[in-house]
Amino acid sequence: MNSKYKKIILVILIIVGAYLLINPGSNYERIDIVGSTSVQPVAEKLATEFMKNHPNIKVYVQGGGSGTGIRSAEQGIASIGMSSKELDENEKKNLTEIEIGKEGIVIAVNNKNNISELTINQIKDIFNGKVTNWKDIGGNDLEIHIITREEGSGTRSAFESIVMGSTKIKSDAIVQSSTEAVKQSVSSDPGAIGFVSFAHMSEEVKALSVDNIYPTEETISNGEYELQRPFLFLIKGKSSGIVEEFLNWVKSPAGNKIIKEEKIIPS
Amino acid sequence: MDKNNLSEFIIEKGLFIMAIFSIIIIFLIISFVLLEGLPAFEDYGFFQFIFGLTWAPNDSQYGVFAMIIGSICVTLLAMLMAVPLSLLCAIFMAEVAPSKVRKILKPVIETLSGIPSVVYGFFGLIVLVPIIRENFGGTGFSMFTASLILAVMVLPTIITLSQDSLRSVPHEYREASLGLGATNWQTIKNIIFPAALPGIITSIILGMGRAIGETLAVIMVAGNVVQIPNSIFDPVRTLTANIAIEMGYATGLHYNALFGTGIVLFIIIIGLLVVANYIQHKYKVDVGGGYL
Repeated sequence: MNSKYKKIILVILIIVGAYLLINPGSNYERIDIVGSTSVQPVAEKLATEFMKNHPNIKVYVQGGGSGTGIRSAEQGIASIGMSSKELDENEKKNLTEIEIGKEGIVIAVNNKNNISELTINQIKDIFNGKVTNWKDIGGNDLEIHIITREEGSGTRSAFESIVMGSTKIKSDAIVQSSTEAVKQSVSSDPGAIGFVSFAHMSEEVKALSVDNIYPTEETISNGEYELQRPFLFLIKGKSSGIVEEFLNWVKSPAGNKIIKEEKIIPS
Repeated sequence: MDKNNLSEFIIEKGLFIMAIFSIIIIFLIISFVLLEGLPAFEDYGFFQFIFGLTWAPNDSQYGVFAMIIGSICVTLLAMLMAVPLSLLCAIFMAEVAPSKVRKILKPVIETLSGIPSVVYGFFGLIVLVPIIRENFGGTGFSMFTASLILAVMVLPTIITLSQDSLRSVPHEYREASLGLGATNWQTIKNIIFPAALPGIITSIILGMGRAIGETLAVIMVAGNVVQIPNSIFDPVRTLTANIAIEMGYATGLHYNALFGTGIVLFIIIIGLLVVANYIQHKYKVDVGGGYL
């Protein structure tokens, strides 16, 4: 009998322990940031740094995509939504945008590719399928393989609105669901071309100059490099005390320093 | 005595509640998927949705036919590669292999099923895709690449289950056959394999269910182009990939259409399970101690 009670007590202790673990009191305030996976890394860095200085505030950062960010901010699920694309008129009505910086979109090709610059029109013709071989634009005789992102991706919609104009990315382009996967695909295929965000650029792939301008922090910040998009924090209505505090801190020199470290150009 | 009865009662009801709980969860999920998906059928039209060839959420086009074909083709091709391989492996392990070899093979195959699908996908992206591109042309992202990965992923399911059913064939059958002078291979071919067939078919169908439901590995290597493939080296998009890729962005009808895609997938998998159940009941063979 005794051991039975012990068991019951043990079970109760486990339940209570689990409850405490999941719900560790509410002696701090929390900020939820949800949205674009492009903005997520910098938001996480900002959150970590902010929490160091404000131990009684917890900032949770989650991905999900720009669409999720906009939706969560509108529905009040998240205190701050993240978006890496411009809002449309309808969405602008309900939300306040805070631009934390600008980011470049880099046209990436395989390191073995001998092309090093393209004009916006050439990029457009490649992506809408008019040009299908690298030799037509001065490269080797190699079929062009287009790697694109899925519909709804912030990077893709920014790319489409800047480059594609009224045409569309050809429908049989390979779709990869993240910047890293695009980079991986381009780095292993000599004929591939894709677009990746500036912050994710690395030696594995080659960045192209667009209209004679090479993407660097300088050319993006002064606007010479055309392929760029805003990183937005979205809030609904008036922000509460701690959210306001966080946003002010992001805009402060300390916040800007972190944004710069992530290769995003603070505005 | 009373106390014993009481604890019996509590344990019995406790187990009952737990069992009911999992059923309730399944029904909650089903009803949620149906509720979220039905508006797509209503607004867009059921037949237009199922047989529509264009999927372009930005232009409000939600036809999933190409993806149904994609899912089915990828799965069938994967099964075509996996079934012979895994059946031969199962026969070897159940009937031929000495117990030492079996002791090594079993954990290895179990490890195969323990590898996360993202690892399979990454392996496919880094290793298989370039190989396919260099040898067969195209981009390397193709139905064939995805099927290859899936074939490896369903191997453990089919091998383990069909091995179980091979081993559950009564010993008397084997002894009688050998006693009549049949060789080992004749016994396997004519007696054991036919006797285990219902269980083997069930294992194949369960493997198929796993293949059709696999998402992450397929996304990484299939190319995800919405089109009906002309050859096995064309990129395809499967139903699961469609949901996973676009869920993060979907709003409104697009969101419902993705749940609609889920319903289609659901119907396909339920169909497979019904067939598996039917075969098992018809031949009254139970695998691994129970019906499906």
